[in-house]
Amino acid sequence: MPVYAGTRDYIAAPELMQTVNVAVQLGRPLLIKGEPGTGKTMLAQSIAEGLGLRLIAWSVKSTTKAQDGLYVYDTVQRLYDGQFGEGDVGDIKRYIKLGKLGEAFTSAERVVLLIDEIDKADLEFPNDLLWELDRMEFHIPETRETVVAVHRPIVLITSNAEKELPDAFLRRCVFHFIDFPDEAMMERIVRVHVPDLERRLLDLAVEAFYWVRSIPGLQKKPSTSELIDWVQALVGGGVDPQEVRRRLPFMGVLLKKDHDVELATAALGRRR
Amino acid sequence: MFTRFFFLLRAYGVPVTVTEWLALMRALAFGLALNDLQRFYSLARSVLVKSEAYYDQYDQAFLAAFEGIETPAVIAAEVWEWLQDPLGFPGLSDEERRRLVEELGEVDLDELRRLFEERLAEQTEAHHGGSRWIGVGGTSAFGHDGVHPGGIRVGGQGRSRTAVKVAAERRYRGYRTDVEVGTRQFELALRRLRQLSSRNEGLADELDLDETIEQTAENAGRLSLAWRKSRRNAVKVLLLMDVGGSMDPYARLCSSLFTATNRSSHFKDLRFYYFHNCVYDWLYADPGLARRTAVATNHVLHELPSDYKLIMVGDAAMATGELLSRYGIIWWGEANEEPGIEWLRRLRRHFDHSVWLNTIPADEWDRAYGAATIRIVREVFPMFELTVDGLTAAVRKLMVRY
Repeated sequence: MPVYAGTRDYIAAPELMQTVNVAVQLGRPLLIKGEPGTGKTMLAQSIAEGLGLRLIAWSVKSTTKAQDGLYVYDTVQRLYDGQFGEGDVGDIKRYIKLGKLGEAFTSAERVVLLIDEIDKADLEFPNDLLWELDRMEFHIPETRETVVAVHRPIVLITSNAEKELPDAFLRRCVFHFIDFPDEAMMERIVRVHVPDLERRLLDLAVEAFYWVRSIPGLQKKPSTSELIDWVQALVGGGVDPQEVRRRLPFMGVLLKKDHDVELATAALGRRR
Repeated sequence: MFTRFFFLLRAYGVPVTVTEWLALMRALAFGLALNDLQRFYSLARSVLVKSEAYYDQYDQAFLAAFEGIETPAVIAAEVWEWLQDPLGFPGLSDEERRRLVEELGEVDLDELRRLFEERLAEQTEAHHGGSRWIGVGGTSAFGHDGVHPGGIRVGGQGRSRTAVKVAAERRYRGYRTDVEVGTRQFELALRRLRQLSSRNEGLADELDLDETIEQTAENAGRLSLAWRKSRRNAVKVLLLMDVGGSMDPYARLCSSLFTATNRSSHFKDLRFYYFHNCVYDWLYADPGLARRTAVATNHVLHELPSDYKLIMVGDAAMATGELLSRYGIIWWGEANEEPGIEWLRRLRRHFDHSVWLNTIPADEWDRAYGAATIRIVREVFPMFELTVDGLTAAVRKLMVRY
């Protein structure tokens, strides 16, 4: 059994790595929750890369239905073809298009299947996938075929906790909550993205970042991706490290709401 | 101790089921965490706990079960024992026993035992430097009997904190839903306010196959596509919120509820009005209760049909006169011909479903300032505290069908 141990550009906490391996071994979907910017989606890429498997990503939207992931039967096309005498309408298979889950099941090699932001979809969505994910197969009544997974895919599901997931679904999953990284971890993460960075600037930027996050009443706390953008802006703007602490240059990169910028400016004033 | 852990988790409020418990056994049989308590801690958590809201309770249960233990060796022994007679698990309800039997039907128990035995044997070999057990820093206390509860200390792979210490830190206290109220959790609870529409509203965006065939046939075989409307959430909500005065300390709590509800835009309709202490002749569209935003309460009652779900938010704490007397309104310049309680009853009567969310915790309703009026308002509206659990219960109440 291959063991996931993180990849060069993705830093996973030991607990997370262990949980990934638990899910792989148990053959259960791994449900990942965490604040935006804690690298939930990147984890899937990293698992695929680390285990040398192909990644199939299914981004869930509010209109996504479970059926879309299995297959879509293009009735309208078939009706039109029948009307105009085009193609072989007797061959239903031509009108069955496999979805991402179908693709993952039929793949000749084992794949990593990412079901991204499952909580965006309808409340019933996870329940509708329960059986398919459990048995790793589904039936297409139109062609009387059953699609059975050639290799059980490694299923990774991410959620922003917008909606609570059904209990029956949760019972089948292995769960991990990604903590917001601490300062030391965050410095490592930033280093991965911005490799040649002055030590002092990094320290000060990360310190300022956590200070900003600690301001009470923020509507949207800055996340990892904002910190990375900010550090890049600081480097690009040739900002004197001294200034970082004193006046938070390019504050707009960290904070996206007027209300938050005002709060931060006020807090900055008090700190001086 | 090990089976005690299961019941401790329950006692602390973590909803663990036998399905998950069995998954943990399998994970242990695969040798995923038998001699590193830190690993066992996170393995068990990832399999047994499905929401960070329960991480804190998990930590407490873990602490209670394994305090003083430095290696899961003892646990392994107990797992082994459990595997000999899984159904002998004490304290299960009949329903759970039935479920366990069902689950066990899908698991090859002999295979599980064999795997486990292998692990135990391997662990003895690890003594001699086996590498399969990641994280083994020392020796192990396993023989064939699988029992050696003495438990020799196994190193924690350079990580200085032991699992019990991690659990004792209780880092996840902030994620508990029964304690913390965050906007997101509110939203989450409010999203249960959902009732699918019938097929006669909204956009026609689904192909109606039967109708298509019908129409095509009538069309002498020329294709005629028929579309129908898909089902959407049909819930309509009226939110009335108390602002100012005794509500000031709760202003933030309420504004977060406001944004939460506002953002979950999937309601068919959502109306907000504000009032101060109690509802009388006028409601206000503005939280500052500016006179120009005033709307007659009667107008609202007249305009909104009874299928709007009414949510009142307030502490219901006021002077009894404000609630029960004519002219009891606390504002000068306005006079109420009818006592506030009449208005509340009228609202309650008009809408099929209504609840009152109280910003004061439920266990203080009897003794908080305003206990007298809280009691009276509770006779009119079903009252829930404004926590995630309270809101969830309130939403359930709102969705009940008569």
